Amino acid sequence: MPTSHDSSAEPVSAPDHKVVLGADRPLRLDCGVELGPFTVAYQTYGELNADRSNAIMICHALTGDHFVAGVHPVTGKPGWWHELVGPGCVLDTDRYFLICANVLGGCMGTTGPKEINAATGLPWGLGFPVITIGDMVQAQARLLDHLGIDQLFCVIGGSMGGMQVLEWAASYPERVFAAVPIATAARHSAQNIAFHEVGRQAIIADPDWCGGDYLLQEKRPHRGLAVARMAAHITYLSEAALHRKFGRNLQDRKAFTYGFDADFQVESYLRYQGSTFVERFDANSYLYITRAMDYFDLAAEHGGVLANAFRGTPTRFCIISFTSDWLFPTPESRAIVHALNAVAANVSFVELVSDKGHDAFLLDEPAFHATLSGFLDGAGYHRGLRRRGGP
Amino acid sequence: MIAHSNNTQIRVDLQLIAEMVEPGSRVIDVGCGDGALLDYLGRYKNVDGRGIELSMAGVSAAVSHGLSVIQGDADTDLKDYPTGAFDYVILSQTLQATRDPKGVINHMLRIGRRGIVSFPNFGHWRVRLNLLLRGRMPVTEVLPYQWYDTPNIHFCTTADFVALCRELDITIERGIALDGLGRVQRFDGGGWLANLCGEQAVFLLKRR
Repeated sequence: MPTSHDSSAEPVSAPDHKVVLGADRPLRLDCGVELGPFTVAYQTYGELNADRSNAIMICHALTGDHFVAGVHPVTGKPGWWHELVGPGCVLDTDRYFLICANVLGGCMGTTGPKEINAATGLPWGLGFPVITIGDMVQAQARLLDHLGIDQLFCVIGGSMGGMQVLEWAASYPERVFAAVPIATAARHSAQNIAFHEVGRQAIIADPDWCGGDYLLQEKRPHRGLAVARMAAHITYLSEAALHRKFGRNLQDRKAFTYGFDADFQVESYLRYQGSTFVERFDANSYLYITRAMDYFDLAAEHGGVLANAFRGTPTRFCIISFTSDWLFPTPESRAIVHALNAVAANVSFVELVSDKGHDAFLLDEPAFHATLSGFLDGAGYHRGLRRRGGP
Repeated sequence: MIAHSNNTQIRVDLQLIAEMVEPGSRVIDVGCGDGALLDYLGRYKNVDGRGIELSMAGVSAAVSHGLSVIQGDADTDLKDYPTGAFDYVILSQTLQATRDPKGVINHMLRIGRRGIVSFPNFGHWRVRLNLLLRGRMPVTEVLPYQWYDTPNIHFCTTADFVALCRELDITIERGIALDGLGRVQRFDGGGWLANLCGEQAVFLLKRR
């Protein structure tokens, strides 16, 4: 067993790493602003092998963070992909060195609107430059440089994480041996931009948002952020999943109250989702990160032809979608597959049956885990990776 | 490769196809099922293999075994691939299930330098006898479906296939018929004997 692990099945993550990067060479952001130095908060699991060939970059989604496994320091709950991470698991910590960094613009330690702007000594707030998926990936690439890793064995992520995976493969093809974009798209759809706008307007309409200055005024736009989360949360599920979970069941009561209390279980559930979310997430970060997703259009970055983003790619791709995902429906994945086929890339693609909606990639879906595991095994075989202590 | 690892034996028609493939070549298997042929070609012929499969279960199994397979449809997805992307395009027991076999064959020999096609031969004597004597659509070992549930919507005989190749200006580099016992019947002259005795046929094709 690696020394950084105890004997329990749950992997013990290294302490919350933070590194200051870009002091000598600031990030050149897509908006034209130079940002640096900047901080990246990240977690690692497992150990880097001698030839530095076993690193997997995990890219988190909109409201995720770098606490993939182990106990989350803020919520006290297991990390968002804890079922996949550990010795002998899909993301086998006896075999791979897992890295997950909080995205640029995030609120869990990486430089973002809630952190202090060294130039002013005050929180960035809306003074923070608008960032893109490309900027997030650029920051992650700097982290890799810092860790002394030339090539990732794999980049993997779902939803916004999947956008980062695609950006990684397009911007740094030689640094990505394998890529797994899950439940994602090469561009954010009009419908998804519309949902994000609803969320942003909910935050902005909250008087406690204070024009973005709530940190200085010691307020928090909790109501607006909670509504944003509630609206978004619906899009992560499916009608079937909501019906199965709640139906029209009433919450701790036998009859309607003829008022606007949370009579229905589904209302109570959404309110709970909203109220717990505001405890761990920054409202301005929510604005910035949703904007980054809205701006994402990989084809537009490559002359309007998605295939151009992948021309000559050496990367092995595995694209996964879920049948009931209406936020990032299968045709979005298929468009990526078609683009990769057009450049004769090495690509696997499977649409998995699930009624759990977009969130299926975060849940215990055996077919998903088997697919992922098989793809990584196959890619690992071609990369010459061995399981620690294995043949 | 990974799983399928005890698969030293594959179906006899797949074995014949595998023998036609040059080691180290780039191959796409259209309608690859669970990837048994791709796996075999990867391990014994060192090919760079891809697959397309319609059924979700087949794709899932193949990808879970470490093979590069996409969920797709021969009728609609071959057009995406660039010309000359592969050394071989394989259609094993797939052609008769496509909506537009002619279009599929054209794309096959556009994206591949060579094509390998295998299909059940509707000219086999048992099929002919079924129709002639019983007046019923044939149900045999290689054609196990009833007319109403068969995925095979475009049947042909080996003679029909040879005629189509002539029409499309395609060279048949090799043609093999397999009888009911898996014995190889070589094509000769017009191939009428192979068309009568072959339950299945395998062709190696090249654009003239």
